[in-house]
Amino acid sequence: MSENEIVKEFLVESYENLDRLDRDLVGLEKNPEDNAALAGVFRTIHTIKGTCGFLGFNKLEKVAHVGENLLTRLRDGQLMLSPERTTALLGMVDAVRQMLKEIESTDQDGENDYPELRETLTRLLSPTAGDAGKASAQPSPAADVATKEPEQQKAGSSPPKQENPPEPVKASPPAPVEPPVTPQKKSGERKPIRGKIGGLLVERGAVHAEDLALALQEQEKGDRRRLGEILVSLGLAKQEDVMAAQQMLETKVRDAAPETIRVGVNLLDKLMTLVGELVLARNQLLQISNTVEDTGLQAVSQRMNLIATELQEEVMKTRMQPIGNIWAQFPRTVRDVALGCGKEVGIEMEGKETELDKTIIEAIKDPLTHLVRNSVDHGIELPEARVKAGKARVGRLILRAFHEGGQVNIEISDDGAGLSSDRIRKKAIERGVITAEQAARMTEREIFNLIFLPGFSTAEKVTNVSGRGVGMDVVKTNVEKIGGLVDLQSTLGRGTTVRVKIPLTLAIIPALVVTCAGERYAIPQVNLLELVRLEAEHATTAIEMVHGVPVYRLRGRLLPLVYLSRELKLVGKLDSAGSNDAAVNIVVLQADDRQFGLVVDEINDSEEIVVKPLRKQLKTVKTFAGSSIMGDGKVALILDVLGLAQRASVVGESRERPAADKKAESAGSTGEKQTFLLFAGLGDSRMAIPLSILARLEEFPVSQVEMSGTQWVTQYRGQILPLVRLAVVLEERRHRLRALQAPPAPDSGPIQVLVLNHEGRTFGLVVERILDIVEACADVRSKATRAAVLYSVVIGERVTELLDIPAILQIAGVNTMPAEQATKAAGVAN
Amino acid sequence: MSHTSQFCTFYLDKLLFGVELKTVQEVIRSLEVTQVPLAPQVVSGLINLRGQIVTAVDLRRRLEMEPRAADLPVMNVVVRSEDGAVSLLVDEIGDVVEVEETTFERPPETLRGTVRTMITGVHKLNDRLMLVLDTEKACQMTVESAVAGQ
Repeated sequence: MSENEIVKEFLVESYENLDRLDRDLVGLEKNPEDNAALAGVFRTIHTIKGTCGFLGFNKLEKVAHVGENLLTRLRDGQLMLSPERTTALLGMVDAVRQMLKEIESTDQDGENDYPELRETLTRLLSPTAGDAGKASAQPSPAADVATKEPEQQKAGSSPPKQENPPEPVKASPPAPVEPPVTPQKKSGERKPIRGKIGGLLVERGAVHAEDLALALQEQEKGDRRRLGEILVSLGLAKQEDVMAAQQMLETKVRDAAPETIRVGVNLLDKLMTLVGELVLARNQLLQISNTVEDTGLQAVSQRMNLIATELQEEVMKTRMQPIGNIWAQFPRTVRDVALGCGKEVGIEMEGKETELDKTIIEAIKDPLTHLVRNSVDHGIELPEARVKAGKARVGRLILRAFHEGGQVNIEISDDGAGLSSDRIRKKAIERGVITAEQAARMTEREIFNLIFLPGFSTAEKVTNVSGRGVGMDVVKTNVEKIGGLVDLQSTLGRGTTVRVKIPLTLAIIPALVVTCAGERYAIPQVNLLELVRLEAEHATTAIEMVHGVPVYRLRGRLLPLVYLSRELKLVGKLDSAGSNDAAVNIVVLQADDRQFGLVVDEINDSEEIVVKPLRKQLKTVKTFAGSSIMGDGKVALILDVLGLAQRASVVGESRERPAADKKAESAGSTGEKQTFLLFAGLGDSRMAIPLSILARLEEFPVSQVEMSGTQWVTQYRGQILPLVRLAVVLEERRHRLRALQAPPAPDSGPIQVLVLNHEGRTFGLVVERILDIVEACADVRSKATRAAVLYSVVIGERVTELLDIPAILQIAGVNTMPAEQATKAAGVAN
Repeated sequence: MSHTSQFCTFYLDKLLFGVELKTVQEVIRSLEVTQVPLAPQVVSGLINLRGQIVTAVDLRRRLEMEPRAADLPVMNVVVRSEDGAVSLLVDEIGDVVEVEETTFERPPETLRGTVRTMITGVHKLNDRLMLVLDTEKACQMTVESAVAGQ
């Protein structure tokens, strides 16, 4: 093994160990008596220190060394683990991780040798630092360790031992400088394998059976020393023999470890692709064998079918990882966030061993982290508030993972304050995300799920952790990217549960194959609810119309129907939408939380298909999730049910946004993102202003609009707010004057007003309809075509005109009110 | 002796085009194409190239030329692009030609529009002109062409 490989292995090993350290340290803080964990932490650091000394990473060694010193004291019971010490140790873990990264990229352990950290760690060595009082009161843990910890052999002074089989140093172990063979005072915490070592010694003829019995008696009388030591001290065995026997035992233990080898992820990916190809070939073979009358061939193809299926399952398994791998970092995350905002949070995990495909694990890591942080930061209340509400001081955060119907469910629950649907509703209306009427119609659950919309945050104050309003939408988009769903349930005062549903794997999925206009399409089984077939004579009456929109009564509930041929603009040989004499096949699908029926020409079969992503030339087509090669070698497209539902407007307008945002990103624009308020201009056109100049969105009844000369005004927070009508500003000059002077029609509905701040002045811009708040890059520009417009940009695939506020004010000839007053007024009102 | 380079040539409506030989993966006869509804018009569909799904770009449409008559045979020039293999649909395959740098000239200023971004220049062959196609650009769907299909 070359040195490079040794370093590489060292890195892999150490990263894994560090992740465990985070977990163990946080666990220790909760339960300082857990000497097993403490010993584990010590061992990890010790191994890293030993190895990097050997590999010549001196700075890393230095840092690990001071950490080890502190850990030695802690382990020996001379010091207690205080939060300060935990923080310092976690800091050390971070430093080590940083240096490992440095090593990974530069082969050097970097310039920084963390003098402050080392100083802190050294300072904490003294019992007076932190909570010294407890330390002395603490009984030596040595006594009970012997029974508790079977691996407690790595005392500080013994030579660095290799814990795990693939330890890189094994190839050329660091020479133990001074083999400290003499048993130490703290030897009580070594060696638990009493019977075994005794047996071995007798077996080797180093000790007589009677002597062993004697020593065992000593132990029963209360001698807490190890058996080997007792034997040596009584002069019944030689020191060397005891050491040798100990080493043999260790080797045995090591050999007993399950056999594992490290395999590169690339190799697994390659295997997966090959198995995918094999599955395709199998599908083709099955199709051929079904048409050929040959029992021999059929037998072989059946067998091949079984083998291929099994092989596929097994290969999939190699890529599976327990979700615990990513959860492992959460105790640390929770601790840090909780400490940062003065909360007390305990984390519980259920179903750590639930397995998921590697690619999915990677994809959900960030969303889950965000959800966990969010729960701690916003969900769980401050300890005082919790006590006041009659809850335990320490908040509970529960992570739960389990399999259900071929999918994995992950729940993140907290017993915190919960969400207030009223507050979200108010905020959503305020932000123009939904209208008041819409809000009134929405169920509580729909309201809760509004927080997944971009630019939505209910946090009262913005902290450095989350609550900036970006995040929850990112969580949703990322989960949806891998075919998952996010759902949120909350009870005010009781807590919040976020449920993430994700598929097990992405590479091969079960799908229903349908035909429409002569082409086959695959529908992922995940979205499929049921199939309904209406016979021709029944079809004409069963499909009813709601103002031109076809619906079907599915067990008494109206199911909107979407014709695939119409949505895809297919010129079908068999347009079932128009013909009355054909049976109608309805595929009932679930998109988001809505159901709809997809009408197709034919329903073929369900099949396992290998998903191949669409190339970028086709990324713009939202109705397809990918493509796959069918049994006959032809390519079929996989329908993106959500995309299709959006296209057919089954799911609401609001869902258009994340897609639009994504588009803006994928367009490859490098420009900085800005948040815009979108609203309808004249006709169908869209207009926007940067959100930064917007003070508030308001709605006034026409009766509140008054005329001041030719100017529309309204009383707003004790001020006179001039109103500029966008429609009038955009009118052509000759019509403008007349329009300008027209008072509002008394019978028209309430007017939508954007209260804007411009150069210290405030005015209201009356617009037709507020559409949306989006984050987008505005660097695809073209020149303005009219006076009140700065330039046109593309936002969310639509050409949008960005308003030129000074020009508008000039055209309207408005006197505006000073902004300070307005904001002051607004502040009071808030 | 000046530097030479090899081009794979093909015809589109009597015009001779050339792409650098090293970007060409293979040339194959027409394959069954699966159409992609709602896709940009320049995308003719998807083809199964020995288990690999490849996007077929109708080069005539891409270069804003007259659409090919329905009964004309099609050839696939499969080129390697940043985003994997892409098949360019052409009328007919020509020879592989070796040209010297000296015969190269920039496209005339009068060549305008999106076509100009894809045609990097012209090699003056003995009997005719060979238009040099930038395959990377040809495979990239611009915003306009993507939107046009919707």
